[in-house]
Amino acid sequence: MFRQGNKLSTSISRLSTLASRAAGVRAKSTLPSLPYDFGALEPVVNSEIMTLHHGKHHATYVNNLNAALEKMSDAMAKQDYATMIALQGAIQFNGGGHLNHSIFWQNLCPVKDVVAPSEANPELAKAIEGQWGSLDNFKTEFNTKTAAIQGSGWGWLGYNKQSKKLEIATCANQDPLVMKGLVPLLGIDVWEHAYYLQYKNARPEYLKQIWQVVNWKDVAARYEAAKKA
Amino acid sequence: MITPAPVAECIVLQDCIQVPSTPGKSNGPFLLPNLLFGYSDLEPYIDQATMMYHYNKHFNGYMTNLNNALKGTLSANLTELVLNPTDSTIRNNGGGFYNHGLFFRIMCTASRSETPSKLLEDAIIKSFGSMAQMKQQFAAQASSRFGSGWVWLGVLPDGKLGITTTANQDTPFMKVQDIQYQLMYPFLGLDVWEHAYYLNYQNQRSSYVDAWWNIVNWSQVPKKNNSHPLHKT
Repeated sequence: MFRQGNKLSTSISRLSTLASRAAGVRAKSTLPSLPYDFGALEPVVNSEIMTLHHGKHHATYVNNLNAALEKMSDAMAKQDYATMIALQGAIQFNGGGHLNHSIFWQNLCPVKDVVAPSEANPELAKAIEGQWGSLDNFKTEFNTKTAAIQGSGWGWLGYNKQSKKLEIATCANQDPLVMKGLVPLLGIDVWEHAYYLQYKNARPEYLKQIWQVVNWKDVAARYEAAKKA
Repeated sequence: MITPAPVAECIVLQDCIQVPSTPGKSNGPFLLPNLLFGYSDLEPYIDQATMMYHYNKHFNGYMTNLNNALKGTLSANLTELVLNPTDSTIRNNGGGFYNHGLFFRIMCTASRSETPSKLLEDAIIKSFGSMAQMKQQFAAQASSRFGSGWVWLGVLPDGKLGITTTANQDTPFMKVQDIQYQLMYPFLGLDVWEHAYYLNYQNQRSSYVDAWWNIVNWSQVPKKNNSHPLHKT
């Protein structure tokens, strides 16, 4: 089950993962704590959505990922390549789901904690302006491309390490952004479960509103890390 | 190889009357078929709110986008558009319009659901062993569809019945480059996009799939017979 977020429990869970790795025990993936309460993103994303999104959808990806990894370990031990290959879909779906949502919870924060990109990191703000002319232009292009995703998927702001540029990209289903060769900085989930209870079919409206809870400090931290890597 | 029948002969599309657009108007060739039941008639299996949004927003949206893409065209063959979609707009919206047309046509209030015709039931037993086994396979396919898509029961090229799943708004007889679907002419389909069930079932897709059989209008699911152009043996 999930726990309400607080930094201490996250640190303890990280330490125990490291400890069990050190002991040679196979560490499982775990559902990360939400850094805020389920109602903290209201009125942009309501607490009913957050409760289900974190406690059911993300938790299911974690559980299914662990099950697939268990089977993968067995198959590897037996050198059963056919099974290993057959499991790749499940690992891509559930591993991608786990990766994406882990980033997502950090990418968002309560309205009161939001700062503008220029305050979070002037370099990032300059890079956005340099590329799209303005923050508004960037958001418009991001929203247009993300709204146009057919079916389920994610819109991303990513960092291209080769060109050293920011890029907007979209991915289908739970495909992680690494599949497009970019470092994920900011992802917006547009699977219907991310917004339907509140926005119904109005995905463009959800995308218009979500910017009010984007945690630019987190996006900036990922940007700095990506530039250094 | 089963040749798709012209639109006029397709049971599924009977109500999708092709209305020639008035010269000068921007309407395309398609019309939203009437809903054959009230929004709340499928309760408790599908809730009223979902019915309202699904029909008026999603289904209507696909039709609108399809008509816009075909602006100026007086008439069009929907089956042909879906069979060979010329671009992604036609693929998504033609597929969406076709799929939802079938979907809304084959549902009814639970008390009118009845049972499959003897002919269809025999065909199901022949292909799957039993109704229960057919529903089990159907449920398994529904769970395996990751992301958005549909689950279908239909006729395979060899005349047997089969179950398959497609992504997004693809249809099993659609010819597309990126995915090879099990070729099939579907006579029953279930929407497993989250919008089809989320308000009532949230993440529990399998509960929705199990419940859905209560509201299948078997009298509208074509009997398997040789006279129907889509369902030849």
